[in-house]
Formats: sequence, C-alpha cells, structure tokens
Amino acid sequence: MYIYDHYDKTLLEERVAQFRRQTESYLAGHLSDDEFLPLRLQNGLYIQRLAPMLRINIPYGMLSSAQLRKLAHITRTYDKGYAHFTTRQNIQLNWPQLEEVPDILAELAEVEMHAIQSSGSCIRNITSDEFAGMSSDETEDPRPWCEIVRQWSTLHPEFAFLPRKFKIAITGSETDRAATQVHDIGLQIIKNDAGETGFRVLVGGGLGRTPVIGTVIKEFLPAIHLLTYLDAILRVYNRYGRRDNKYKARIKILVKAWTPEVFAKKVDAEWLHAKDGPATLTLEEIARAKSFFTAPDYLSQESFNPNSDNSISSELPVPFMRWRDRNVRPHKIPGYCGVFLSLKPTGVAPGDVTERQLEAIANLADRFSFGEVRVTHQQNVVLADVKTSDLADLWREAKDMGFATPNIGTLTDMICCPGGDFCSLANAKSIPVAEALQRRFDDMDYLYDIGDVSLNISGCMNACGHHHVGNIGVLGVDKKGQEFYQIQLGGSAGTNATLGNVLGPSFFANEVSDVIEKILQTYVDHRIDGEQFIDTQRRIGMAPFKECIYAKAA
Amino acid sequence: MQKLLDNTGQIIENDPWVIVPKDFDGPVTKAHSLLPLQYWLDTPSNPDQELPTGIWFDSNEEPETVAEHINRWACIGIHFPTFMDGRGFTLARFIRERYGYAGQLRAFGHIIPDQLFFLSRCGFDSFLLESPSDEMDPELYFDNFSVIYQSCADQPQPLFRRRA
Repeated sequence: MYIYDHYDKTLLEERVAQFRRQTESYLAGHLSDDEFLPLRLQNGLYIQRLAPMLRINIPYGMLSSAQLRKLAHITRTYDKGYAHFTTRQNIQLNWPQLEEVPDILAELAEVEMHAIQSSGSCIRNITSDEFAGMSSDETEDPRPWCEIVRQWSTLHPEFAFLPRKFKIAITGSETDRAATQVHDIGLQIIKNDAGETGFRVLVGGGLGRTPVIGTVIKEFLPAIHLLTYLDAILRVYNRYGRRDNKYKARIKILVKAWTPEVFAKKVDAEWLHAKDGPATLTLEEIARAKSFFTAPDYLSQESFNPNSDNSISSELPVPFMRWRDRNVRPHKIPGYCGVFLSLKPTGVAPGDVTERQLEAIANLADRFSFGEVRVTHQQNVVLADVKTSDLADLWREAKDMGFATPNIGTLTDMICCPGGDFCSLANAKSIPVAEALQRRFDDMDYLYDIGDVSLNISGCMNACGHHHVGNIGVLGVDKKGQEFYQIQLGGSAGTNATLGNVLGPSFFANEVSDVIEKILQTYVDHRIDGEQFIDTQRRIGMAPFKECIYAKAA
Repeated sequence: MQKLLDNTGQIIENDPWVIVPKDFDGPVTKAHSLLPLQYWLDTPSNPDQELPTGIWFDSNEEPETVAEHINRWACIGIHFPTFMDGRGFTLARFIRERYGYAGQLRAFGHIIPDQLFFLSRCGFDSFLLESPSDEMDPELYFDNFSVIYQSCADQPQPLFRRRA
C-alpha cells in the first residue's frame, strides 16, 4: 500500500485544521449555508434526510487492517456503530454530528485517510479494480497510477469548482472490473508494440439521468504524459461544460454536443501547451509510486505441503464447497486465491457493516491476507492474497461474522444505493426492495441454477445504484407522491459495457419480486447450454420478457 | 464593506482601478478604468492608447480574442458571477502561464475567503471581497497549506519534482 511521507501527512493535518476553522466559522454565523455548502461537501459532508452524512474516501478501494480498526473506532465513537460501503469504493457514516466532523477527520488523518473531495463539483475518489496486482489477465498494476492521479487531483487549485462532479476510474486488466466505460474519464492501461506502458483514454461515460458509454479519445497516451493530458481534459471541461443546468453539466453532455472527435481535438490543442512541461511525469516518480505496490511475501510453491491443503479434504461440508465455488477467485500466484467477504446477507442493507464486523475484517486481513483488503464497487470486500490451504479456516471465521453468504455474482449480490431511507435526493426507497428480493430468492439451489446475474437498484435517476448497467436494473421513481419501480434489462458494466432497456410500465414495490421471478423464469425457459442471463437476454431481446410480464394486462 | 487584498492577505491601499460595467457606452475619460472586453473590442480608437487602462473578462469570455494585447494592460480583472463558477481559475492560469502576463490580476464579483488560496495559486494577486466578515483574518486564508502537489501558476514544479 502507499505510505504517506511527511508531505502527505502535513497536507492532511493542514486540511483538518482548515475544516475545523471553516466549521467553527459556520457555527458562529460568519459563513452562510450557501458558502459553507461547497466547503463541507469537499470534505465529504452532506446534510441528509435525517442527519449529516460523511463520505470517507477509500482510494482505489485499498484498506489496511489499521485503517479498518480506525473506521470501527470512529463508527463506535461518533456514530451508531455501523457504516456503509458505497458503490464507488468509499465508506459512509450516516449519523455523525457536524460539530464532531473535524475530530473525525483528525482521527482519519492518523491512519492516512481523508474525505477530501469525496463530494462536491470536483474530482472525486479514484476507483479501480479490486483484483489489482493479483489477476493473471493484468497488463500492469493500476494502483501506482491511481495514487499518482490521487495526488494530482488532491486540492487541485484549478478544478475545485467544476460544472459538476468528476469521476475517474483506472483498470490494468483486459477484463474491466472498474467500469471504466461509465466514468467521466476511464483509463485503461495498455502496452504499445514497443512494449511501453500507456493509457487508452475514454471520456464522457456516466450513468445518472443521461447514461452514456464513454468514447475513446486517445488510443495510446504514453504514461509520462498522463497528468498533462488529464489537465487538458479537465481544463476544456471546466471552461466549456454547461453551468446553466445541473442535469446537463457532466462532461458527457459536452462531449456529445461537440462530438468526441471535436472534443478530442480541443483537448489535443490544449495539451500541446503543457506536454513535456514540468507536470510531465518523471521516471523517478513512476518508480517511487510503483515501489509501494510490490508483491507481498508469497510463499514459494515448493513450500506448500499438499497434505495440509484442508480445502480439498472430502470431509468438508457442502456449504463450504458452495462458498468456495461462488466466493473464491483464482490468483496469478499458485497456492493463493482471492476471497470475497459477502456484505449481502439477507436482511442487511447491501454494503452495511457494523463496527464489530469492521474489526473482524481487520482480523481476517491480518491472519489471512497480509493485513490488507479491497472494497469493491459491488459493495463487498476482497481478501486478495489468501493461501488456498487457509480457505477452510477462513470460511469458518467468515461464517461466524456473517461474511460467508455464498452469493457473489448471484441475484442476491445486489448493488443498492441507500435510497429514500437515508438519502435526500431519492425518489423512492431501495433497501426494502433489496430485502424483499433477498427473502424471495433465498433458495441457494435456485440461485446457483440461475447463475451469474447482476441486479442493481437505484432509488432515483442519479443512479448511485448503477441500475443502467445491471443485467436487471431497478429504478425507483416518484409519481404524485407514490413510489414506483421501473425495470430495465440488458445492462452490463463489464468489458463491453451496455446500458439496459426499459421493460415497460413501472410497478408497485410489492410487485417487484414477482416481476423479477418472471424475468428469471423467461431466462430459464429460453437459455441454451451454458448461457448466462445476459447472453440469453442479448440473444432473445426484450420481447419474450415483455410478453411474459405484461401479457395478462393486454 | 468591500476589502481589496493582495496575495499575502494585506489590504491594498489607494487602489486606483475602477471597474467599468458591461453596459457602459460613453467615452472613457478616466485613467485606471478596467474596461469590459466587448467595450474594448468595439471601440476602434481604444482608449488605452492615451490613458492607462485595464480590461476585464467575464467567466465565459475568451482571453484568446485579445491574446496579443494582454501585456499592454497594467491590470486585468476576472469576474466571478457566482463563487461556484470556477471558469475564472482556468482563465487566470491561461493569462499568467500561457501569455506570461506580469501585471496585476484581480478576482472580483462573488468570491469567498476560502477560495483565496486556490485563486492565488492560479495566478491572481489581488482580490476584491464584497462583504467579508469583520472578524476575518485574511492572512489565515493564504497560509492554509504548506504542501501543494500540482504544478500551477505559483509553482510550476509539481511536488514529485521537489520531493526530498
């Protein structure tokens, strides 16, 4: 993991002091609500439906056990003992007191964490691939680049008051697990014919009211030019992005209005002025960033005793085998694997964790995975470097803490925003819908038969629950004070991202589970060997689903 | 009450500059007028031939239109219609870094004290605050951070080239 030096530490301390002063100034009446708003937002603080909400950055999803313990302490001391992992690899507190937020930020700074630019119209937390550094399809570990971009974006003086929020995701693998095609900027690490590292640069992707798949504007950007090129994109956006209508203010609207070709030309013209200037990355800096993300101390293959691999013992119970099939992923190093801790047991809001669970995750990380974990945008946690011989032990402990629901990638592994229960933007509740679905589909044999399917729920069209890119998307809408749910099919956030299509008229909350069941039955009726839900849906289109669901009404 | 600050937070005394509004259409007779861009473009015998004047840009205006003239003005203003309109930050860097402007660069309109640090990093060196609180200690806002990561108008070398 990246380790702060005295510069990074000093900056955080100064930021905490600044926010303490801003908060005091606001509470003393010297700052108006409007003027305090962007200041608190750029420190992660929203005023929500019931209480303030504090969003804490987890840069590119990486957390150490020390940081997890600090988060546990903070939720215990300043909140109600639980927190929420978000769909952008961050963590949120739902009940902090405004007066105590500077103290919370000071505690976070002790473990090299912060909430800088976790909301507001600025460059947000950089997100990435939860399997960074461990997957065999990786061109290069994206995390050093994420850290370089994190530092560049932190308190960037030119881009603190953009037309709208700005999200950057970086992937280093052919399989895109970071949803780079639906970010304002998506960076895909590639090698050119000469074997040099660079980036394929996409712009203008995004969800929200106007979902768009990003467009490539640079097929190969040599790595040393990363920051000058990002400066150029942001500068063009800052000058020409719309500011008259917040629903048309994201970069995707500008790229669409100009066309990607024109946008790319404008960026290139801007970039020429900065290219090869002082903001050009140095080989020393790249090497420095990479030095923090070296491989942990893996045991060599010879040192594994095959007899000690208790995960393949025939005495192990079926639930363990199921868990291993669904929640464990291969690792590029023989003898190791990646393990998902599921935060989606029935009856718990997706992504919610108690302070005891945060402590437990820290302990599991220390015992089984070199003291580190990754948070996924699907709101689960990954232990990335687990010895396969430890799997059975890990499973037992994870089960005791409620992390071993063997549902990763299945229907009940839903992405879900906080919705109308917490969020003041929401049109409808989302957590109760998720819970009803978890209760309806609690038969594991049925879920395994259905196989991989992503179901994403958003409580409003801001799309924090990524409903456009769920194989099945559920969108809460409000019509004259009544909550309805629109269903979409065919979305995917993977390597070839697609946006879902609306199935038809919306449903009441209590109809959603029945509708999903019919959708799954339609898939089962039409699938041919080995097809996943998304394959069948793409092959047969919307019509069979519509017929099954709306037939009676017609 | 208005306060005009320099980039250390000190009050600028005896400031001669007067901002001429966009809808002004008479002849300019006074020195130290900050003229709206369009007025300057529309006035064939530009008054700064005889009088020392400056120019100001609104946040949606383009310094490119007068690039070759930038260094003739002793003072350039950039207007912030609201403090959430961040275009002025980019315009300032443009004028300072691309055109090498060495005169006074003034932020005016709706800016708030907590923006002073970023504004000054982008190259502004005078700031017209419309109604700062009496308790406000301006120096505080310029000294918030001793660490800066990025290349900008105040420090072209990013931290990674200075890290020791």
